[in-house]
Amino acid sequence: VQERFGNQSFRMERKTIDLEQGWDYMQTGITKLKRILEGLPEPQFDSEQYMMLYTTIYNMCTQKPPHDYSQQLYDKYREAFEEYINSTVLPALKEKHDEYMLRELVKRWSNHKVMVRWLSRFFYYLDRYFIARRSLPPLNEVGLTCFRDRVYNELHSKVKDAVIALVDKEREGEQIDRALLKNVLDIYVEIGMGQMERYEADFESFMLLDSASYYSRKASSWIQEDSCPDYMLKSEECLKKERERVAHYLHSSSEPKLVEKVQHELLVVYANQLLEKEHSGCRALLRDDKVDDLSRMYRLYHKIAKGLEPVANIFKQHVTAEGNALVQQAEDTATNQAANIASVQEQVLIRKVIELHDKYMVYVVECFQSHTLFHKALKEAFEIFCNKTVAGSSSAELLATFCDNILKKGGSEKLSDEAIEDTLEKVVKLLAYISDKDLFAEFYRKKLARRLLFDRSANDDHERSILTKLKQQCGGQFTSKMEGMVTDLTLARENQTSFEEYLGNNPAANPGIDLTVTVLTTGFWPSYKSFDINLPSEMVKCVEVFKGFYETKTKHRKLTWIYSLGTCHLNGKFDHKPIELVVSTYQAAVLLLFNTTDKLSYNDILTQLNLSHEDLVRLLHSLSCARYKILTKEPSTKTVSQTDSFEFNAKFTDRMRRIKIPLPPVDERKKVVEDVDKDRRYAIDAAIVRIMKSRKVLGHQQLVSECVEQLSRMFKPDIKAIKKRMEDLITRDYLERDKENPNMFRYLA
Amino acid sequence: MRRSSAASKKKSDSITSSTTDLFRSGPSKATSKEMDRIDHLFNQYANTSSNLIDPEGIEELCSNLQVPHTDIRILMLAWKMKAEKQGYFTQEEWRRGLKALRADTLSKLKKALPELEKEVRRQSNFADFYAYAFRYCLTEEKQKSIDIETICQLLDIVMGSTFRAQVDYFVEYLKIQNDYKVINMDQWMGFYRFCNEISFPEMTEYNPELAWPLVLDSFVEWISEKQA
Repeated sequence: VQERFGNQSFRMERKTIDLEQGWDYMQTGITKLKRILEGLPEPQFDSEQYMMLYTTIYNMCTQKPPHDYSQQLYDKYREAFEEYINSTVLPALKEKHDEYMLRELVKRWSNHKVMVRWLSRFFYYLDRYFIARRSLPPLNEVGLTCFRDRVYNELHSKVKDAVIALVDKEREGEQIDRALLKNVLDIYVEIGMGQMERYEADFESFMLLDSASYYSRKASSWIQEDSCPDYMLKSEECLKKERERVAHYLHSSSEPKLVEKVQHELLVVYANQLLEKEHSGCRALLRDDKVDDLSRMYRLYHKIAKGLEPVANIFKQHVTAEGNALVQQAEDTATNQAANIASVQEQVLIRKVIELHDKYMVYVVECFQSHTLFHKALKEAFEIFCNKTVAGSSSAELLATFCDNILKKGGSEKLSDEAIEDTLEKVVKLLAYISDKDLFAEFYRKKLARRLLFDRSANDDHERSILTKLKQQCGGQFTSKMEGMVTDLTLARENQTSFEEYLGNNPAANPGIDLTVTVLTTGFWPSYKSFDINLPSEMVKCVEVFKGFYETKTKHRKLTWIYSLGTCHLNGKFDHKPIELVVSTYQAAVLLLFNTTDKLSYNDILTQLNLSHEDLVRLLHSLSCARYKILTKEPSTKTVSQTDSFEFNAKFTDRMRRIKIPLPPVDERKKVVEDVDKDRRYAIDAAIVRIMKSRKVLGHQQLVSECVEQLSRMFKPDIKAIKKRMEDLITRDYLERDKENPNMFRYLA
Repeated sequence: MRRSSAASKKKSDSITSSTTDLFRSGPSKATSKEMDRIDHLFNQYANTSSNLIDPEGIEELCSNLQVPHTDIRILMLAWKMKAEKQGYFTQEEWRRGLKALRADTLSKLKKALPELEKEVRRQSNFADFYAYAFRYCLTEEKQKSIDIETICQLLDIVMGSTFRAQVDYFVEYLKIQNDYKVINMDQWMGFYRFCNEISFPEMTEYNPELAWPLVLDSFVEWISEKQA
């Protein structure tokens, strides 16, 4: 509205309008407006009418006192609304109900806004100066307040009931007028005049309560009737519908609150019953590989605080149970069957564990979206059963044997290169779950030594590849010795070449037998017992010759001969045909005795060779009671006893020209465990000293827990073992107990 | 603080200076007459060539005091003397002890024993006495631990009257277990703490996660198994 007349010095004479007169005129305008709003035939305001009305107000406000009627006009402005509301609006609303009432309300509200707009234009001049001067609410607000106080306050409760009834109707599947509801709820919002208070207090809180009780009823019957997957489908659908509801007619701020209520009633209250449903709950879904249902379960519970914990827990229990079952299966098979079949079963176990891991990792990544809770659950489950013993073998040993089978020639695994690489990768990953990593390392090392020294390694690349993987996972210290072993072999080959050159240049030194020596760096290789066996003279010469050669290369190293690892090729001059025998050095030493004597007693051999009973029995058994009977034993019983005597079996023959006579290896397990236990004692000592050196003073429990943490990369130390080492360190004056507080320890420099 | 017998011989050579010190030190100034009688008593039991009271002499002393040779009161006397070597009293140690007890005759010494026992059993002294008892049994240079059998005897002497049940059980345990062939000072003191802090035989306050010596953890475990 443009001001046509300003406060200028106009010489024009203005006639004073008195209040009653002026108001009468205004009433005509107001009446006209009402008629338009009522839908009665009434032309719209034209600009002249509008201007006249506006000017009337203007004049009445700018007249000189006592004819300045601003206050009165302000009051009459409000009264105009009040009158209209009381006489027309309220009665019209009160006579209607439910949906009809809602429609009427929407209409009346819309009308009211129009009325406010128009009237405030007419009375605009009041807004400019009067309200500011008197700090009064502006016209717009006055108008709205009238509606709020007289209409809204009267009816909002009834309206709310009607709306909620419609909402529930829609929930039951009936069609409702969504646009109507939107308009009604907009009133609640607008009536707040910038605040959401009215919407929240007068509508939303009731709507939420109602929704909660609605879903509570539904949930209580669904939980009885429906399977877990069906219930979840319904829940998912309900949530979707409620979100749509918000989008269509509720205020957006209601969404999180409504969703929370629905989730609570459907998913939180009955969480336990739902997940634990006997034939269709989480456990059953996992058992039956119901990937889609599990994904849905994840989606639903993901948004609920701590909602995933029970699911992850059930997942962990399930995986643990599956793992335990595999272990038990292997255990049962092992106790029921012969040793060699049992060991195959153990290899099968590792395969199955790998498969189990692959299977459930897919679940973690796909169903459970790689959520940390599920990664953790999987890890913890594997840590439980991967550390169980099967038929006396620790998991560390089983895993090492498994690797050996893949890496050795003629191993039980005949796979393509790719498949081998893949398997090795998976094996290394499994190692992460095994707490006795140092035990694995030791078994692995022992078996690696056999592969390297007896040329049983199938593929150098694979050997190096697994070492790289182990290094990545467990650190350089884990693999440094093993790498040293592999390098030693390479160096040994070079060394052998030099040796052969040396022999070429010194024909007098030649021992007369083809000799290959592998020099090993002591620190890298497992420790071997070496006995003072009396070697046959031919071999003694070999040793001397090599020593002579070695001293030309280096004077500062000492050679310790490990005869137990040597191999000999002997020509057996049997009656039927000569056969080459591939035997261990010890076996050769026994056989060569028969070059000078036909018959020897057990004791003869024992004294001549200077071996232990245990070793000698093993040797003689392999030569006289096993598959190839190179010696005949008298009496020909199945086992060797100290009263037996032996003779060269000239009648021996075989269709092959060369045979290998295996010497069953001594059970290394006991020694490995002993060695590892010894290393652990040193490791614990070192950890305690390291910690105390840096902390100087520390409480017992803290020391123990830091110790466990530091050592956890390689093994899980026994608390008692730590205590024992601490006692030892106290005796050795590395630590002392604090005089005042017996639970504190001090480092003694 | 271990002195070999050679060193103790040295000390007894410079006897004049230490005698003078004895005269000047302490709140109770021994008169020269008292000191003479103390020395006289010493000579009655001492071995003339070594100038020490040796095990034989101690046995005789015990017999004269009418106290068993293995009685705790002899150990307490040794403690009072701050005697260093088990089975031997030097002249200085003798003087130190008897002067402190104000005993210059055999009968006075005998009468002083009950009072001495009271003094030692005071909480503030007993821990020190208990530790002393262990050190007293270390006979070799650099010896840090005592064999099980000796420990059992020592426990009986030192703690038998006050903690009969604990001592009996612990001694039984030590005899049947195989993990420990010797006991060190830390374990020895641990047992003392155990008797004082843990109710027996309930042992509800015992927590193996605390810094109790491992031998006590095993001991407690053994008892629990026995009671089950």
